[in-house]
Amino acid sequence: MKISIILAICYLVLAPFIGGLLEGIDRKLSARMQRRVGPPVLQPFYDVIKLFNKENQVVYKSQSWLIVTYFVLMVLTGVMFFAGFDLLMCFFVMSTSATFLYFAACVTGSPYSTIGGHRELLQMTAYEPAVLLACVGFYLATGSFDVITIATANTSAIKYLPGFFIAFVFILTIKMRKSPFDTSASHHPHQELVKGLTTEFSGKNLALFQVSEWYENVFLLGVVGLFIINSKPVSIIVTLVVVFLTFFLEVLIDNSNGRMKWQQMLKITWIVTIVTAGVNTVVLMFIN
Amino acid sequence: MVPFLIIFPLVLAVLLYLIKAPKVLNILSLIGGVTVIAGVIYLTISWVMGGCKKTLLYGDAEIADHAILIGELVLMVFVTVVCIINKRAIISLLSIIPTLAIAAFELFGPKTEAVENINLDYLSILMCDIVGIIGSLIVIYAVGYMQGYHEHHKDVPDRRNYFFSMLFVFLGSMIGLVTSESLLWMVFFWEMTSVCSFMLIKYTNEEQAIINAFRALWMNLLGGTAMIAGIIYFGYTEGMVGLHQLVDSGSAGTIAIALLAFAALTKSAQLPFTPWLLGAMIAPTPSSALLHSATMVKAGVYLLLRLAPAMSGTTIGIMISLVGGFTFLATSFMAIAQSDGKSVLALSTVSNLGLMVACAGVGTKETVWAGVFLMIFHAISKSLLFQDVGSTENSLHSRDIEDMNGLLYKLPKHAAYMFIGIAGMFLAPFGMLISKWSALKASVDGGDILLVLFICFGSATTALYWTKWMGKLIAHPHGEVKEVKDVTKLSEMLSMTIHVVMMIAVCALFPMVSSTYVNPLVASMFGESGQVLSNAVLIILVSIILVVFAVPLLAYYNSKQQDITVKSSYMAGVNVGDNSAFTDSFGEDKEVVMSNYYFSDRLGLDKTMFPLQMCTTAAIVIMLIIIIGGALV
Repeated sequence: MKISIILAICYLVLAPFIGGLLEGIDRKLSARMQRRVGPPVLQPFYDVIKLFNKENQVVYKSQSWLIVTYFVLMVLTGVMFFAGFDLLMCFFVMSTSATFLYFAACVTGSPYSTIGGHRELLQMTAYEPAVLLACVGFYLATGSFDVITIATANTSAIKYLPGFFIAFVFILTIKMRKSPFDTSASHHPHQELVKGLTTEFSGKNLALFQVSEWYENVFLLGVVGLFIINSKPVSIIVTLVVVFLTFFLEVLIDNSNGRMKWQQMLKITWIVTIVTAGVNTVVLMFIN
Repeated sequence: MVPFLIIFPLVLAVLLYLIKAPKVLNILSLIGGVTVIAGVIYLTISWVMGGCKKTLLYGDAEIADHAILIGELVLMVFVTVVCIINKRAIISLLSIIPTLAIAAFELFGPKTEAVENINLDYLSILMCDIVGIIGSLIVIYAVGYMQGYHEHHKDVPDRRNYFFSMLFVFLGSMIGLVTSESLLWMVFFWEMTSVCSFMLIKYTNEEQAIINAFRALWMNLLGGTAMIAGIIYFGYTEGMVGLHQLVDSGSAGTIAIALLAFAALTKSAQLPFTPWLLGAMIAPTPSSALLHSATMVKAGVYLLLRLAPAMSGTTIGIMISLVGGFTFLATSFMAIAQSDGKSVLALSTVSNLGLMVACAGVGTKETVWAGVFLMIFHAISKSLLFQDVGSTENSLHSRDIEDMNGLLYKLPKHAAYMFIGIAGMFLAPFGMLISKWSALKASVDGGDILLVLFICFGSATTALYWTKWMGKLIAHPHGEVKEVKDVTKLSEMLSMTIHVVMMIAVCALFPMVSSTYVNPLVASMFGESGQVLSNAVLIILVSIILVVFAVPLLAYYNSKQQDITVKSSYMAGVNVGDNSAFTDSFGEDKEVVMSNYYFSDRLGLDKTMFPLQMCTTAAIVIMLIIIIGGALV
């Protein structure tokens, strides 16, 4: 109980720093892959601080409070996760927060951000089955949806859930907005969507969006870790290694792939989900 | 009290039919609606005071038996005449053959064991409350709505007396249906609701309305025929006609249960029978609201929940849960392609019903727990949404979702209610989502792999079609906002507001409803309760509700005080002064119009419906052959 409270508080305080640092590393790694020097690792923090000090410009005022709601719910998701709550509940709160992000994008009626918003919805449709199935997988493997029970099981969940792990890492590419699946916010510049659903965010709003993304990434990598961690202390180190390798893999994928159309994304994601997680479910249910 | 609740609406219906003056009609309907609400509340309270005991009543009611027999024959003659007048005589066979068969069974058949005719227990009281309260609120709504409807649809002859009369017949027969213990009574009320929905769909008497009405009629009569066949078979072989006797009969009742479950599929508009419910939208909105939320389709779910203990683990259960789960997924895909508000609502009804049907088919205590909650939440949200779309249409003259762009700034109250209604259908932490969650958990426990997959993928598609609708409601419209005159009547607003209050209350009181009512309900069917989510979890969820409501509110008030610069939106630097247009490559102004994705070229009903119907029909026929053949051999 105590540990889970401490973990939740740690997440609340440290996640933006870890998330920001990860983004810095991401930029550095990407630059090296492209034979550039790249910005300093702390650059994301400078950017966000600068954004916070900028004038807040909006198309419609309601944008701001929708983004604040997105931020709060996103943080709540992570806090619930690290406090060891029910995993399904965490993901439900996460999709509610994502819905608010969509609202913030489309409330403007602006062409680029609305299209970005619609694509965000399609992305949600693409990754949701894999996410729900991952929860089902954890439940089948450990008999509980509670994060705390899953994390303190005697063996690592991945032993039973290799298929779910692949499916989850696959959709992680969508969730972390990495190429080939960054269809909604297109972080690589000069694309047809400008900056997609973030086009109309600026100043404080954009900064808040950025920080929410950091919280979100830490939470998602936490879920990746949940596949590995078990009751033995050694597993913590293994977990950290696996999480970092996963992160590196995402950066590598990001830098070695062109962007796909959303139709392809939807199709491929669902096929991968069915083939990996679906088959894994069938196998697990037969064993049980 | 039960006979009063059945007979009062029927008598009132006759009275209403005879009155032509709209004012008197409205007042009488309002009084009737309030009386029914008061009646079901009184019934519930007196039953709770009596210790919530399962009560069987009116064992010896020969007069009523005869009255029902006569009623069946009258119904048959009526259907036959209507079919012949409309040159669809062949449909009347679906009424004549079964009615004569059951009449012959009652008069000349073997002596059956005496049963009590009326049964009051947790499930039937719950159904009475849903039918009585939500149904009557719809009647109250209809009083205002129909006035507005006829102001706009001058071409439709004003037959409000007929309309209100049918609404009350519907309420009366539904209460009869859910309280009947004798299957012979139940089947009468079952056929009554079929005919009643037919009459409501046909209201405008336009060609399309008549086509749709007859489609609804034959599909439901087909179900009724299966039901009667099941009852007669059970009566002949076992000498019993009681609902509980059937549920407890074990393998002896297999054929009857399969046929009854099949009837329930038709009534709940599961694939392949979905088209009748989609066609029913052609009627004025109150009747859609009634068919979709409180009555009709819920009758099928009710029957399946009753049969759930008997279906659990059998081939029938597998058939029902597969058809239900598949319908959940398939219709949620179809809903993505619809831009007509009522079509989306209709398909989402079928989709959610599919989930309830699947829960009943699995038939464990956990799934029944989830199914009951799905039913409660769905009834309230869907009734609210239909009423809202209906009165929005009266003001906006369109119910297309694309036309609802920026509804929040035109009809703020309607948009807000719609928003709440939609949130209730799928968003955390509202009831439907919690119920869906428990359905998922229960099906994982039960090892139903296909159902798990259906739910996981279906949730994703469900979220898609609801969210894009919500986005339309709040998106800022460009250019000049056309002033929309709000012509919503007081009675409509009243009914909708009560719905909103009820919905939030049921969500907030979820843990209490679970422990004081739904747990005992499940326990009365299975011996012990199967609460899927512990109360601790439910309480945490309720506290999240507070966060979800409080954060946007606080943030909203905070942002009002903030100093924010408003700029026009980004359009590659070629805006024409404001957000409404941009300069195109010819140097001319081009208006900005944003539209949602629909994918109608792939998911449109004309592409999807027929193949899916064929698949499910084949599956049902094969399963029925296996079940019935297996039982006969």
